[in-house]
Amino acid sequence: MTRTPYLRRRLTNLVALGFAGLATALGLAFLGWILWVTLSNGISAFGPRLFTRITAYADQGGLANAIVGSLIMDALALAVCAPIGVLAGTFLAEYANRSRLGTTIRFLNDILLSAPSIVLGLFVYVIVVLPMSRLTNGAVSFSGVAGALALALIGLPVIVRTTDEMLKLVPSTLREAALSLGIPQWKVTVQILMRASTSGIVTGVLLALARLAGETAPLLFTAFGNNYMVLNPLDKMASVPVAIYQYTNDPDPALHAIAWAGALLIALAVLATSLVTRLLFSSHKVRHD
Amino acid sequence: MSSRFDNPPTVATTDYRSRRDARHDTWFRRLLKTCALLVLAALLGAALATFWGGREVLFHDGFRFLTNDTWNPVADDYGALAPIYGTLVTSSIALLLAVPVSFGIALFLTELAPHWLRAPVATAIDLLASIPSIIYGMWGLFVFVPFMASIEPALSASLGRLPLVGGLFDGPPLGLGLLTSGIVLAVMILPFIAAVMREVFQTVPVRLKESAYALGSTTWEVMWHIVLPYTRSAVIGGVFLGLGRALGETMAVTFVLGNSYLITGSLLMPGTSISSSIANEFNEAVGMHRSALIALGFLLFVVTFVVLLIARLMLRQLARREGER
Repeated sequence: MTRTPYLRRRLTNLVALGFAGLATALGLAFLGWILWVTLSNGISAFGPRLFTRITAYADQGGLANAIVGSLIMDALALAVCAPIGVLAGTFLAEYANRSRLGTTIRFLNDILLSAPSIVLGLFVYVIVVLPMSRLTNGAVSFSGVAGALALALIGLPVIVRTTDEMLKLVPSTLREAALSLGIPQWKVTVQILMRASTSGIVTGVLLALARLAGETAPLLFTAFGNNYMVLNPLDKMASVPVAIYQYTNDPDPALHAIAWAGALLIALAVLATSLVTRLLFSSHKVRHD
Repeated sequence: MSSRFDNPPTVATTDYRSRRDARHDTWFRRLLKTCALLVLAALLGAALATFWGGREVLFHDGFRFLTNDTWNPVADDYGALAPIYGTLVTSSIALLLAVPVSFGIALFLTELAPHWLRAPVATAIDLLASIPSIIYGMWGLFVFVPFMASIEPALSASLGRLPLVGGLFDGPPLGLGLLTSGIVLAVMILPFIAAVMREVFQTVPVRLKESAYALGSTTWEVMWHIVLPYTRSAVIGGVFLGLGRALGETMAVTFVLGNSYLITGSLLMPGTSISSSIANEFNEAVGMHRSALIALGFLLFVVTFVVLLIARLMLRQLARREGER
């Protein structure tokens, strides 16, 4: 008689643990499924044409202009959000660590981190695209710059947060030793603390890159898209994610194949970046333990 | 022979230098502060700009915008009820599915898996979060929708016959629709919730768990009676974090939701969500229509802001207790 409740408890345990294993298997299965589908569908159109011909050729074309557009906008976005993000993160870690302002900004930065990207796109549309179009009488409306700004808003909180966390990992003895030598605080911050956490800061920038390289929603109504190769960032600019979006909405299966190849390209770029980041980060952690 | 001590720095030079350093320090500090304030400006600006962009509709319709279920660009009559409904239903399905699965994953990774397996599996689950949403969308549209279309007749035939919930699973096997979107969203938010749970489960003092084991508890009982109550607030925070993601997710939902403004009781029917309405229609919209879409964006921003605020506050509670310990 006394064994029955025990047996029931063990059974419950077994069921729960079985469920846990199953849940993990399910998560991994979805990962495998999505990656496999992307790889197997993307490989057929993944050739030199993808990189050499522009989207104006439609099913005879590639994604050359979209790739160039993406590179330009990602680079511009990083050029905007990396310095601002690193400096803001430094402010949080070094100057406002426990102050009310610092806590508030850190808190709101975390919210910005998961804010819907489509709203950030609308934000840039209202404050950049509309005024530009009004100022230039419609000559400049949607532009690569606007797209880059929207992407910068997405990358910014990632960089702020990583910089903040990485600087806090620097042992405070280093800080105190430098300050006690009479070095001004800005020099301590820039030449000693930031240098000590360079790999951490680079990690943040790479994480941001991985995040914004695949963003589509905010680009739809900031950079718009373009079927031709443009290098002028004040023009409407194509990007790989937006090209994929347009091709996927098209009924033509030949365009779907190109879209899959583009998806494979993005997936490879993003996964490679996040894996490199992980390696950088883990070696960084070991060094400071 | 002159040594460097022959010309010691005069009071004037050190004074000059220290004043220069102080000046540089002030400027550096101001520069950093400005950059940090830009984060605040971005959030505030997003709210104000979307409010301003949607002012025509928001001022014209007021609260009717929230309760009106028609969306008619021809008559310039816009109501947000259908997109709100779609957003809430798909996000609820996503949470309902993702929370138990994430909990299972976190349980597996913190208690069950052998140590050598933990890091690779955790990395793999995290990779789910770094797959761009456009790829989820393509996979959803080209692979998962046909899959759902093939199993939906069976769903209608089994679950559709149940009392009460039967109506939810009644409908044509389109593949597209609220249920499909909910499942895709569940896969997308699962890594976020699982990561938070895994992290906070690891903060539970080993002593507490060992005491429970010593009293004869099973792994499940330790999890349910010790770990979960200890981390309750943070777990709820993680769930809200996932909810925030699900509410704002755009590309994946846009492909698989079907873009229909009909509000139906069946989960198998197509619908629309706030974000997918914006993505689908924005570039063809002018005038009031565009204003209505930006107003939708404002609504989405306010709702996700509140959800994420709750999430962060809940997460902070555990962190604070950790600090006190």
